[in-house]
Amino acid sequence: MSGRIALAWMLPLAAALVFGVALSATLGYLDVSIPDVFAILFAKLHGQTMPAGIDPVAATVVADVRMPRILAAVLVGGLLGVSGAVFQAILLNPLADSYTLGISTGAAFGASLVIVLQIFGLVLPPGVTIPIFAFGGGAGTLAVVLFLAAGDRRLSSTSLILAGVIVAAILSAAIGFLKFLADEQVGLIVFWLMGSLAGASWANILLLAPAALAGTLVAVLYSRDLNIMATGDRAATSLGVNTVRLRLVLLAVATLMTALAVSVSGIIGFVGLIVPHMLRHLVGPDNRALIPLSFFIGGLLLLIADTLTRAVLPVEVPIGVLTALLGGPFFCFLFKKRQRDGATAF
Amino acid sequence: MAPPLSERNTENLWSLTGVHFGYNGTPVLRDVSLKLRAGQCTGILGPNGSGKTTLLDLLAGLQTPQAGTIEFLGRPLATWPKKQLARLLALVPQDFMVRFGFSVREVVEMGLHPHLHRFATPSEADRALIDRALAATGIAALADRPVTRLSGGEKQRVAVARALAQQPTVLLLDEATSNLDIHHSLELLHLIRDRFERQAMQVVAVMHDLNLAAFFCDHLIFLKEGQVVCQGPTEEVLTPATIGTVYGVEAEVTANAFTNCRQVSFRLPAAP
Repeated sequence: MSGRIALAWMLPLAAALVFGVALSATLGYLDVSIPDVFAILFAKLHGQTMPAGIDPVAATVVADVRMPRILAAVLVGGLLGVSGAVFQAILLNPLADSYTLGISTGAAFGASLVIVLQIFGLVLPPGVTIPIFAFGGGAGTLAVVLFLAAGDRRLSSTSLILAGVIVAAILSAAIGFLKFLADEQVGLIVFWLMGSLAGASWANILLLAPAALAGTLVAVLYSRDLNIMATGDRAATSLGVNTVRLRLVLLAVATLMTALAVSVSGIIGFVGLIVPHMLRHLVGPDNRALIPLSFFIGGLLLLIADTLTRAVLPVEVPIGVLTALLGGPFFCFLFKKRQRDGATAF
Repeated sequence: MAPPLSERNTENLWSLTGVHFGYNGTPVLRDVSLKLRAGQCTGILGPNGSGKTTLLDLLAGLQTPQAGTIEFLGRPLATWPKKQLARLLALVPQDFMVRFGFSVREVVEMGLHPHLHRFATPSEADRALIDRALAATGIAALADRPVTRLSGGEKQRVAVARALAQQPTVLLLDEATSNLDIHHSLELLHLIRDRFERQAMQVVAVMHDLNLAAFFCDHLIFLKEGQVVCQGPTEEVLTPATIGTVYGVEAEVTANAFTNCRQVSFRLPAAP
């Protein structure tokens, strides 16, 4: 049944995503028509020369500037959506996401550290250093959180979230100190902490696309086990689910997905929290539908948000600020609505 | 489907030898040696903290003993693959909590998990099985409701329906009737008793209520402070002496013509 729900939603969503990507590519300082966008991409993909009648400047803008950024928006949104759905299912907490576990803060700390080191004269190759440190920060944080929570052999969600909150609090203070050290150049850190897709390149896409595909596949593979986890550890184990291994594998996968996304875009909040949450209202809690749909909705939402800030708004607002400003109030609305409906809020 | 045990009724389901178990150095079970036979509904009784639930967890393979051995169907329990064990054993936990708003039908369908390949969807026969489990537990009308909105008793019946959908050889009940009123308790125990008698589904139940245990179980195991005090057929071991030793109350056990089974009444011992 869930398979049909997922399919019924997936096809229109995939179509909407393709259309959204094409539409977004037409928008910006330079106007390009949708057929031209397709012609440019078709020619580019097949290594042909641009057909006559297409402005070579437009071709370069679409193929080398807009497309990487647009695809990065879709992939980062999808990665955050899927990892959010996985975190919520594993921690049995609809409020969980990469923040609750401290992973985003860890990635932010890694990136801030590089920026400060560079200010103090450390010479590092620019393009790759921040992603690598952000990734290391996120993965390192997960390792510490798992270590702290491991005293509890069953790796319960309460001890994981508590460990995450503790580590995140320490890291936030450390980031504050790094900002203080950065002094006048604090803007570099702040800009990164607020998230932006402006710097996305084709190299980023080659990194994100396989990660998104592989991560989503693993999550879908374990989605039935994840459903059963919602009925408690004892019950799940007695149904043949290896709960400890499932937690470890999926936590690792979701962390890698988040850390990769953060390493390209900086911190973009609320997508991982809101997308699975909203979908649960629409299609129910079955992870077999929820996880693949989270990819599409996450990608679509971030594409819309990035297109807004890139081409529609008069000034480019950092995308992390935009998603928080749009997502936050929406979340408050959901929260109040659920209380009114008489359900226990979360 | 699990192999029926009906033709080998006297076989040992479990055989425990010198089992020790504790949490963080505090012993919960001490030197437990037991044989649990097929062909009888076995009840595990004892005061709070006597290790009943822990014993059930050990039988289900959810915990491993720190010393001693547990064999299930003649083979060390630890060597059974978890998935295979899940096809033979179903557990109805004491407090069945579901964290997201899955529908009742979705939760009961999870019982098929150990029988289905990772990507398989339930067949027509599977769906009929789910319908029967829903009907048998009296929750067919709730099938499309989110399980988070059910009462404690309704949730308990969902847990039993899921265990039935699991088609186990042995059903393990952990105080499965503790949230139910007397009508639903009797109904549920009758249903399980019926599966036991007609389909040879074996039952091991942790029970709290001595009178329900007297009605439901053929064989009783009494635990106190992590040790087996006595065990045997219900009519032999359910005596004032046993109840006095295990619970520290004065008891009177009578054969009740109305219920057609033994009934227990108790009072605190008079102060010396």
